[in-house]
Amino acid sequence: MTLSIGLTINHVQQNIDLDDPRVTLLDLLRERLHLTGTKKGCDRGQCGACTILVDGRRINSCLALAISHDGAEVLTIEGVADGETLHPVQRAFIAHDGFQCGFCTPGQIMSAIGLIAEDRTGDDPERIIENMSGNLCRCGAYRGIAEAVRAARREMMHADATHTDPTHVAAEVGA
Amino acid sequence: MNRFDYLRPASVAEAVAAAAVDGAAYLGAGTNLLDLMKGGITAPSQLIDLTHLPGLDAIETLANGDVRVGALVRNADLAFDAGFAATFPAIVEALLSGASPQLRNAATVGGNLLQRTRCSYFYDTASACNKRVPGSGCDALGGDNRLHAVLGWSEQCIATHPSDVCVALAAMDAIVEVEDGAGRRDVALADLHRLPADRPQHDTILAPGDLIVAVRLPAASKAYAAHARYIKLRERTSYAFALVSAAAALDIADGRIRTGRLALGGVAAKPWRAAAAEAMLEGAVPDRATFQRVADAALVEARASGDNGFKIELARRIAVRALIRAAAGTPDRLPALPASPFAVLAGELDHG
Repeated sequence: MTLSIGLTINHVQQNIDLDDPRVTLLDLLRERLHLTGTKKGCDRGQCGACTILVDGRRINSCLALAISHDGAEVLTIEGVADGETLHPVQRAFIAHDGFQCGFCTPGQIMSAIGLIAEDRTGDDPERIIENMSGNLCRCGAYRGIAEAVRAARREMMHADATHTDPTHVAAEVGA
Repeated sequence: MNRFDYLRPASVAEAVAAAAVDGAAYLGAGTNLLDLMKGGITAPSQLIDLTHLPGLDAIETLANGDVRVGALVRNADLAFDAGFAATFPAIVEALLSGASPQLRNAATVGGNLLQRTRCSYFYDTASACNKRVPGSGCDALGGDNRLHAVLGWSEQCIATHPSDVCVALAAMDAIVEVEDGAGRRDVALADLHRLPADRPQHDTILAPGDLIVAVRLPAASKAYAAHARYIKLRERTSYAFALVSAAAALDIADGRIRTGRLALGGVAAKPWRAAAAEAMLEGAVPDRATFQRVADAALVEARASGDNGFKIELARRIAVRALIRAAAGTPDRLPALPASPFAVLAGELDHG
């Protein structure tokens, strides 16, 4: 069978010919499409550095075969800002010092955007921390990360009292 | 990762027919399978992608009151189905205590049942492992085995089954619907996984090509909704497999237990349904003394497979704690850390 797939990546529809069914979404993004914002940490689903949104849900892109996600809508760290205006979660990570070396940060931010869209934590710091547990930070910047996610969630909920999917902010930007 | 052919069948029948090829494997989300393939632990020649199959992602109540969960329902979608959570809270607590939000968004219910052990010797291709390479030996025996089985193990294999969900499903008398070339059959979840004996390479009783299409919860298990908990002891607060875990469910009326359910995780190659111990719950007063007798009975056959004798007493205590929490009642909202042994309830022993 053909290994041709269609993906919408950061709001742009693309047809992609895969030369090999083994390509994960992570390797497709980094090695074929040169979207290197998404990081390869463990490559085994343990660290969360490769977190992206697929059809609005956060997943580990290292454990997702690209060919199996034919037709999916993919959002990476490159697609969340509105031109020069950062996404509220990006702004909050800066304001709350949510990183040190920065390697885990794209995954942390994508995971946080997913968490806020899921809307399961409320403002409870303990629930926010538990729901960020799939993203490891070897620098140990967890305190700032947790504060950033909480602050971003508050800001986004305040800005959008209807609680609609916060990724729509990015989706309207187009590309 | 080895090379493989990729197939995307359009129907369950097509999938089952394709699986007749030697070396074929079904692909769900792949959250365990891809990990195993990257590590060279398994090398299927053909992947049959099930994720585009129609009709396997529904959560529905059948005419007889049973609740049927399609094999492609994602763990997160099952956990956040309000009706399911109200009916089977211990299953949801187990779901939310497993893996991470990212993995739960991807992982499927069917795949969860068939995930492989996390025994480090199984994962290390330089080690002897009868499960990975039959007849090669077991380096876990006499190795670093403090996390290994204390029930049902053999000299061939001392690995444990890693799933949390299966423990709660076993307690709730779940039925697995299996499709094969000839039709559809029911398998009790408690009978799906097998003990290693002298064939540890076979995790389950399924034959090659068998396809899990759904998991069914019998209507009778709804009687436990008000008193059902899962508790899981891990070596870190979150995002870790169970050291030991327990699902407990009680049907209480007029201060007495009508019937109860108890299953243990992290102790054996299968979710360990403690049927004989459960019988002791019937008609008993739901108090600590009862639960200690039941927990003692559940672990009576336990023996260390190495440096893990501590898990026997740990499993007893976790079983007692799960039963005490079940007796106290299902909480209106799950705690921030689902299944965590922290946040001690009144009546529990607080060991600090």
